[in-house]
This record gives sequence, structure tokens and C-alpha cells, in this order.
Amino acid sequence: MALTGMQIYKSLPKTNCKECGLPTCMAFAMQVAAKQRALADCPHISEEGKEALSEASAPPMRLIKIGAEGKQFELGQETVMFRHEEKFHRPSGIAVRIASSLSDQEVQARLDEINSRVFLRVGATLKIAFSAVEIEGCDDPAGRAKLAADKSDVPLILIGKTPGAMKSAVEAVKTQKPLIYKADASNIEDFAEIAASIKTPLAVGGSGIEELADLTRKAKAKGAEDLILSFDSKHMGETIRALTIARRSALKKQFRPLGYPAMVEIDSESLENESISASIFTAKYAGIVLINGMEPWEVLPIMVAIQDVYTDPQVPNTVEAKLYEIGSTDENSPVMFTTNFSLTYFSVEGEVERSRVPSYICVVDTEGLGVLNAYAGDKISAETVVKTLQEQKVSEKVKHRKLIIPGLLPIFRAEIEDTSEWKEVIIGPENAREIPAFLTGLAK
Amino acid sequence: MELPDVKEKWTAQINQVTIGATKDQGGTRARTVTVGGQTTMPFLTFEGELPFKPVIAGYVADTPPGWPEVLINAIGKEINSPEEWAQKCVEEYGVDLISLKMVGADPAVKDASPADCARVVEDVLKAVDVPLIIWGCGDDEKDNHVLPECSQAAKGENCLIGSAKESNYMTIVAICKADKHKIISEAPVDINIGKQVNILLQDAGFDLKDVVMFQTTAALGYGFDYVYTILERARIAGLKGDKLMASPQICDVGGEVWRIKEAVVDEDVLTGWGKLEKRGPMWEAVCAGVYLQAGADILIMAHPEAIKNIQMTIDQFLKGGKE
Ligand code: SF4
Repeated sequence: MALTGMQIYKSLPKTNCKECGLPTCMAFAMQVAAKQRALADCPHISEEGKEALSEASAPPMRLIKIGAEGKQFELGQETVMFRHEEKFHRPSGIAVRIASSLSDQEVQARLDEINSRVFLRVGATLKIAFSAVEIEGCDDPAGRAKLAADKSDVPLILIGKTPGAMKSAVEAVKTQKPLIYKADASNIEDFAEIAASIKTPLAVGGSGIEELADLTRKAKAKGAEDLILSFDSKHMGETIRALTIARRSALKKQFRPLGYPAMVEIDSESLENESISASIFTAKYAGIVLINGMEPWEVLPIMVAIQDVYTDPQVPNTVEAKLYEIGSTDENSPVMFTTNFSLTYFSVEGEVERSRVPSYICVVDTEGLGVLNAYAGDKISAETVVKTLQEQKVSEKVKHRKLIIPGLLPIFRAEIEDTSEWKEVIIGPENAREIPAFLTGLAK
Repeated sequence: MELPDVKEKWTAQINQVTIGATKDQGGTRARTVTVGGQTTMPFLTFEGELPFKPVIAGYVADTPPGWPEVLINAIGKEINSPEEWAQKCVEEYGVDLISLKMVGADPAVKDASPADCARVVEDVLKAVDVPLIIWGCGDDEKDNHVLPECSQAAKGENCLIGSAKESNYMTIVAICKADKHKIISEAPVDINIGKQVNILLQDAGFDLKDVVMFQTTAALGYGFDYVYTILERARIAGLKGDKLMASPQICDVGGEVWRIKEAVVDEDVLTGWGKLEKRGPMWEAVCAGVYLQAGADILIMAHPEAIKNIQMTIDQFLKGGKE
């Protein structure tokens, strides 16, 4: 939160001693607010004053890091309720539960599965973010935590209720900075102490938002500052309302006791229901969703929902400008070009796939603009198309010299034919929708 | 501990739109469907009213669309008959209304005649007693012939007719006024064009209270973020008093999802991505579920499993009552 000059002034000595080089404390405060001076330039500011200011200037939602240095997962420090207002900053993560009833071998198998749930999609790597290990009820909580720490590629969440078991488990893996899950009214003092002494984050859950706010205060008083607000999903409607209220309280009212990121433990009757609910909660303010299943068909849609909702809306969505081979192409396959605006590219790609005609798509860098906008904004020309074809060495891939161009750019035909080896330019459809009919017609 | 008051004070209400007409109202439907009327964002019952729940329209077409086998098999042989397909949607899947698309009218598909399309409308109206949404094939020129005949065939049934764009709104307004239907106004993921189309409808004498907005739809992972945000921005604008954005919104989830790789290609190609039989319907359901949060009021859906799961989701998120 940026502070106003007035807020800063309140914490200064108000003696106008001029040692900072400015005539008055007020003038100094204004410069600090404008980021032209650092607070440290005043030699007389008191410790309390500094603390009050750093407290007030903290972001409305705290940034929390879980996991060992180097493979940390970050959540929090979100700034808006709706993504179009700026963007959602830190993509949510999926946590998969590992039940305490499993044997060590079964746990190991499950961790292997978590590690292997990695998907490459549109240039991004999608994976499960946490192994969430139940230590409560294990014969050897510390041993279970250690096993997980050894085998898991991703950060840990330790699920437990009794302070003794939690303490031994957390201590066994303290360099991993696991998330302690979770403190409630029954154990808040002890759990907060464990989190504070090991400096590891703590999830806090309450029955109702009022109680939750009380509990985070208590945790903070014990020195646990890295907190996550935890919600259950017994009544999904209530959960979404609570998540909204907590986020608004933090962002709009700077209400500190709720100024932490949130997570939801999903409790569903089926994996299908779990997948839908988890996806919804990631869009509406859960930084972590804790689920039970991890079938690829269950987790992949959640991951893609996160990928979509957490895209920066102010940055045009682009795909890499390169040559894409759709299907099993050969030297006779048709060649076409399009822009690197991802929506344009994906609709072209999708329709080419539907046509079942293996084809090459040459993607031209238009700085993320669609065909017409790129043309209007001078981001695409016959010249850049020819240059891109050369760079991508398209002519080495096929033995023909036929190039399909977007139906919206018929004007490029003559120049491409005149200035390149692509001597037969074919004007393609204006709409991606018409591509399958066009390609199958061409193949005949 | 006392919490800050964070209730939003929205100033306006989303239009309430009723689709379908019973006997008393000049139609033949057993019931009508009403959407809209909200005074807050989805599911936030602590600060406003959500008088009507989001509804699911079963996707039905005159000709089976070019869908993957997993979907065609899930629906069964009824997919070959629009009447039987519609009946299955209503009786087995429990959808609230039917969305009938004239896929076969597309010159690139079957080039079915306007008269054929009108007959399908009549047949479906006879086969089921829920309200109807009627779409052309998406080819403007053809739809200018198809939609008037379909509209006429459903005269007085208070259908929702799709879709009015900048290019064809005059025809749509004329037929909907003459035959007493409501209009879907369409804009390609663009809030300004959306407003523009609604202004055109208004200027042509059509009451925006009888309009449902279609921001077009994107499948999860294929521009979903753009549509999600347009739905959300439109809903916020409507709640803040922008009359041009105060219409309920429709999403064609079934129509979009079953064209993309994740819902079409099985594990033999997408190794490790899970059985298409499960992944396909999951993709449709998650896409629909997340759109609900942005302000979708009518979801057009195709796969029976996806429909069942979203019906459950809608109930779960509406449950829990008021504060
Ligand atoms: S040095 Fe500090 S106390 Fe002295 S005038 Fe500057 S701000 Fe005020």
C-alpha cells in the first residue's frame, strides 16, 4: 500500500530540524510519499514510528512462500477483485491429499504419481503444486513427513491436528518450509508457536469469518505472520461468499486480520464434482485448492482454468512465432500463415486439426494482433511474411511452392508472388470456420 | 471480532427475461423459463437478490454436428432425430429448455432448405413442452432465409432467436416483433460492439428488456479468459446502471468445447492426458462452471454427464442461504 504524505508525517518527530535537508517534516513526508526520499534519510525517526509505517505500507494481502529455497510456491499479494481491473498475480496451485491410512509404499507410489502429473500445453508446463500429506494418525508422523520430503518434487503441506505430532513432523522437514495445515480454535496457540519457531507458513481455519479473523490475530500475536486463510467447502455457496468477503476486506478496507491469501479444502462426492468446484474456487480467490483425486482428466481442466484466469489481460496473448506442423505432415502438405495472436492461431489450428488434412502453419509475429488489426496497425506486410517464411525455412519442408494466405489479406498475393519463391499464392477463407471445407476441397 | 462492511451497493438490476409461452400466453409450452433479475454478482446472496437460478439449455441440432464419437455415443441414436434428441434432453437429462441449432442449413454441411428447418422447429415444439431457443447455422446470408421461416413456425411461442449482429439485426428485429419472440444479440468478445448491437436493436424499436446477450463463447484454454472477462465486465456494468449491458447472458459451451483438441483427441495421441471419455465431458463441465462465476445465465450444454454435474454445481453454489 502506498502511503500518503499525511500518514507518513504522523510518524515523524515533527521538530522541523532540517537535518534531512528539507525545511520541514511535512515537506520530507511528501517527498517520501512521492518516493523521492527514503525514510532512512531522517535520522530522528523513532523505532515505533518506523514500525507503524512499515506496517501501514505493507501490501493489503501478504505474500506467502511455501517450500524450500529454489522450489518455492508463492501466493498472495493480490491486488484486485476482478482480473480486468489489473490482473491476478499468482496462479493458484493444486494440492493433492495423501491419506494417513496409506502404507509407506503406497505413499511413495502416490508421490511418484504427483511428480509425474506434468503437462506441456501451449508452451507452459502445468503441474501439481503440492503434496499434501496427512501426518495425523500415522504411527510415525516425522517419518511420514521425511518420506514425503525425500520423494516429492513439489512443496509439502502437512495435514494434522495435534500439536505434538505436528511439531515432530515439521521439525523433521523444516528446511522444506512446509505449510502447516491447519490451526483452528482448538490448537491455535500451539500451532502458531510451531510455525513461528520454525518460520514456516500456517493455514488457519475458523467456523465463520469472524472467528477466522480472531484466530489470525492470535497467531500473529504468537509471532506467526505467514498465514493462509483456510476454508472448507461443505456449503460451496457459503464458501464463495466467505472468500469474497475476506478478499474485499483485505483489498478494499486494508483489514489486516484477513490480509492473507486463501485456500479451499474441497470435499466432494465425486472426482467430477471436485474438479468443477476446484476450478471455480481458483477463479474466485483460492490460491490453493486441496483435492483428493489426481486423474489426469480431473486435474488438467483445473490447471487450464487457472492458466486462463491468471493470464495477464493487458498483455496480448501470443503464441511463439514459428512453423507449426499439424498432423503428420510431409513434403506435399499445404502451407499457410497466420498471426501470433493466440486466439487467431488457436482457431486456425483447431480448424486445421478438424479438417484432418496435415498442414504447416507459419506464424508471423504481429505483436499479438489479429489479422485485420495487424494489417491496419502495420504489424504485418507481404514483406514480413516472406521474411518469416525464409527464417522458418519453410521451403525446405515442402517441395511445392503454394502458399495459402488469409482471405482477409488478398492484397498480399501479388507482392508475395513477385518477391519470393512462393509463386502460387492461394487466397484462403476469411473465417477459420471455413478452413476444413477449404482444405478438403484443395486436397481433391 | 467486528468485520468491516464490504457489501457492494450495486445500483441497478439485470433485466428479467422470460422465454416460452404457455397456453394462456398464446403458446403451447407447459412452463416458461425466466433468467436475470439479479442485483448482485453471481452467488453473492449476502448483498443482493438472485431471484432466478442459472439454467441449462440442451444442445439439439437438425443434423448431428461433426462431434467426436465419445459425445455421439453418450447421447445415443437419438442424436439423429431432433425430436427424440430434444425429448431425451428434457426427460433424461432434465434440462430447463432446448437450444435448437440449424447446423444442416449451412451450405457447407447439407444446405437444408428454410422449409426443412421450419419443419424441424414444428417437430421439436410438438415433441417437448419446454421453451425453445432457435439458432440459424451461422452463415449470415443463409440465416436471413432460415430464421424467418423458423420464427414463423414457432409464432407465439416466445422463443429466443439467435442471433442478431450488426450485419443482420433488421431481419431479426422484424421477425421477432411479428412472431413475438425474444432476441439474442451477438458480439464477438467485444464489449463495445456488444453495446453497439444493443443500441441498434433499441433504435430499431426492440425493447432491450427482451434481449439476451451472447458475447460468443470460447472453450476452456482457447480464449476462455477473454470471454470470462467480457461476461464479468458486462455484468458489472449492468449492475452499475448501464442499461445497454443489463441483459442476461448466454454461453454456447457445448457448441464450442466439442471442437477443441482436449475434447476430441484421445490418449493414443495425447499420452497421459486421461481417457477422452472422461476428459471431454470434464472439459465441458469445468468450462460451464467457471463461466457461471462470471455471469452466465443460460448455458447451452451437450454431454449428459457434463449437464448432470453442472446441475449439481448450480445447486451446491446456491445452497447455504442468506447471511
Ligand atoms: S530530519 Fe526528520 S525530524 Fe528533522 S526535519 Fe527532517 S523529517 Fe523532520
